[in-house]
Amino acid sequence: MILNNWSIRIGGGALAFLVLIALFAPWLGTVDPALFDPASRDLLPGKSGQITTLDGDKLRHTFLMGSDSLGRDIYSRVLYGTRVSLLVGILCALVALAAGIACGLASGYLRWLDGILMRFMDGVMAIPAILVAISLVAIWRGSLATVIVAIAIPEIPRVTRLVRSLVLSIREEPYVEAAVALGTPTWKILFGHILPNCVAPLVVQGTYVCAFSILVEAILSFLGVGLPPDIPTWGNVMAEGRAQFNDYPHNIFFPGVFLAVTVLAVNILGDGMRDTLDPKMAKRV
Amino acid sequence: MAAPRAGPFFFMLTFILRRLLATIPVLLIVAVLVFLMLRLAPGDPAAILAGDAASTEQIARIRAGLGLDRPIVVQFGIWAGNLLAGDLGESFYYKMKVATLIGQRLEPTLALASLTILIAIVVAVPLGVVAAWRFGGWFDRALMGFSVLGFSVPVFVLAYMLIYVVSLQLGLLPVQGYQRIADGFWPFLRHLILPSITLSVIYIALIARVTRASVLEALGEDYIRTARAKGLPEIRVLVRHALANAAVPIVTVIGIGIALLIGGVVVTESVYAIPGLGRLTVDAVLARDFPTIQGLILFFSFVYVLLNLLIDLSYVFLDPRIRY
Repeated sequence: MILNNWSIRIGGGALAFLVLIALFAPWLGTVDPALFDPASRDLLPGKSGQITTLDGDKLRHTFLMGSDSLGRDIYSRVLYGTRVSLLVGILCALVALAAGIACGLASGYLRWLDGILMRFMDGVMAIPAILVAISLVAIWRGSLATVIVAIAIPEIPRVTRLVRSLVLSIREEPYVEAAVALGTPTWKILFGHILPNCVAPLVVQGTYVCAFSILVEAILSFLGVGLPPDIPTWGNVMAEGRAQFNDYPHNIFFPGVFLAVTVLAVNILGDGMRDTLDPKMAKRV
Repeated sequence: MAAPRAGPFFFMLTFILRRLLATIPVLLIVAVLVFLMLRLAPGDPAAILAGDAASTEQIARIRAGLGLDRPIVVQFGIWAGNLLAGDLGESFYYKMKVATLIGQRLEPTLALASLTILIAIVVAVPLGVVAAWRFGGWFDRALMGFSVLGFSVPVFVLAYMLIYVVSLQLGLLPVQGYQRIADGFWPFLRHLILPSITLSVIYIALIARVTRASVLEALGEDYIRTARAKGLPEIRVLVRHALANAAVPIVTVIGIGIALLIGGVVVTESVYAIPGLGRLTVDAVLARDFPTIQGLILFFSFVYVLLNLLIDLSYVFLDPRIRY
């Protein structure tokens, strides 16, 4: 049923391909992304050169996407960067969904908490997402865990609002009234009756959070305020290539294309799922 | 409820007043969050505020000024009091008041943001109207495809693509930099064209999508059939009848998009070396200059809330049916 939708086929297919690249990065003709060789600095794509392994051996290596100003292989760094981007996207989506579901259920079902919690969320939403993320990373210093949490936090209010609005409409449904009348405990109503009916819109929202998180992580790394520069991420590769863009645009071009294609694939997949899983939402936008 | 004989003016006034009051808790929570930001950081807030190069004496002076030995609520009171007096604190990195610093960097950002919004509206609204008019046709599908693409291509990748083609290959516009408007309007504009186009793409995608959706909805209404039946020219039906009735969601999304725009400003100014508030934000984060970071977050959030307040108030004029 789901696979009949062309957006899901294209987006999901491209994404599956990227997941394979991430999983099999070591066997796709790459070298350790941290390896460098001063003799192979700033090679153009396709040029052959040498690279020094950790043991000090010199290997012949073809730099499919060229090399950077330290003589590292951009092809290897971009392929390994796929791992970081996908991991950040998926984990950010999960963190934002988990926190948003908890807050949204609480806000939608416990009336006394609703006002306070939603005003708080309004406050968080008034601060532009990237500013929240970069200042949190500045405080905590960049590591994979802090970057993920920092990117997920500004996304929580949107998920909370979605869950809350779903809870408010679902709690009026006859089956919930029946469960209440039978004396079902509140937690069982929330997790057994209400949450399962929120799944479709949440999956759709999750893909958008994932796409946005991948973008924000790349932006943070690119600006030099994200993951440490030795970790191969697309943003870091581009940040490294910035200074020499005029002479060697490939440093920015290849990771940029991977980044754009990945975010596009996730967004297309999200649109497809919205159309099949959540027809009401599809009509709204 | 208002008195039964109250006129439209009374409704408008109470609406404006209530909307104004509603922004106060939002701004208060933003202030609390920005205040708590430093308390989340590991270590002594005074030492963090003073930066890495501060002397023990300086840190002691800041600690006394913040009232760090007093309860946290009193600390917030002192800080918020200074804030209301327009005192955003002092940057030890730039060695000046944060408010002064923001004032100095305001012009480039204001110019960039205004030109971006202008380009976005001028381009996106007609595109959205035409797509809705030709719903399901090739133009519509192309626009929807473009809008997904616009959401997906990162602003700095787009920036470098434009620099490569327009500046490096064709040599039409400067690669980067900024000219103050006081140094002549043409050089000022030449330096802003590429950054504004870069920044406007995601905004165009957003506005065009919403314009299309809301015009499409309006086109299904009875008054459109009536307007066409009485022989009005199609352009008049589209603009005066469909677009005018679709205005509220379009204006709303322009307001919501300002948050995206602020995020984009940070990146765009960095790529194009524009000495504005976005560039200042990145420099402040890299230097861990927390008074400046706090000041910038407060400033950006305040502008965002204020613009959305103005947009909410504009509903009264855009749609006379709206009475809160």
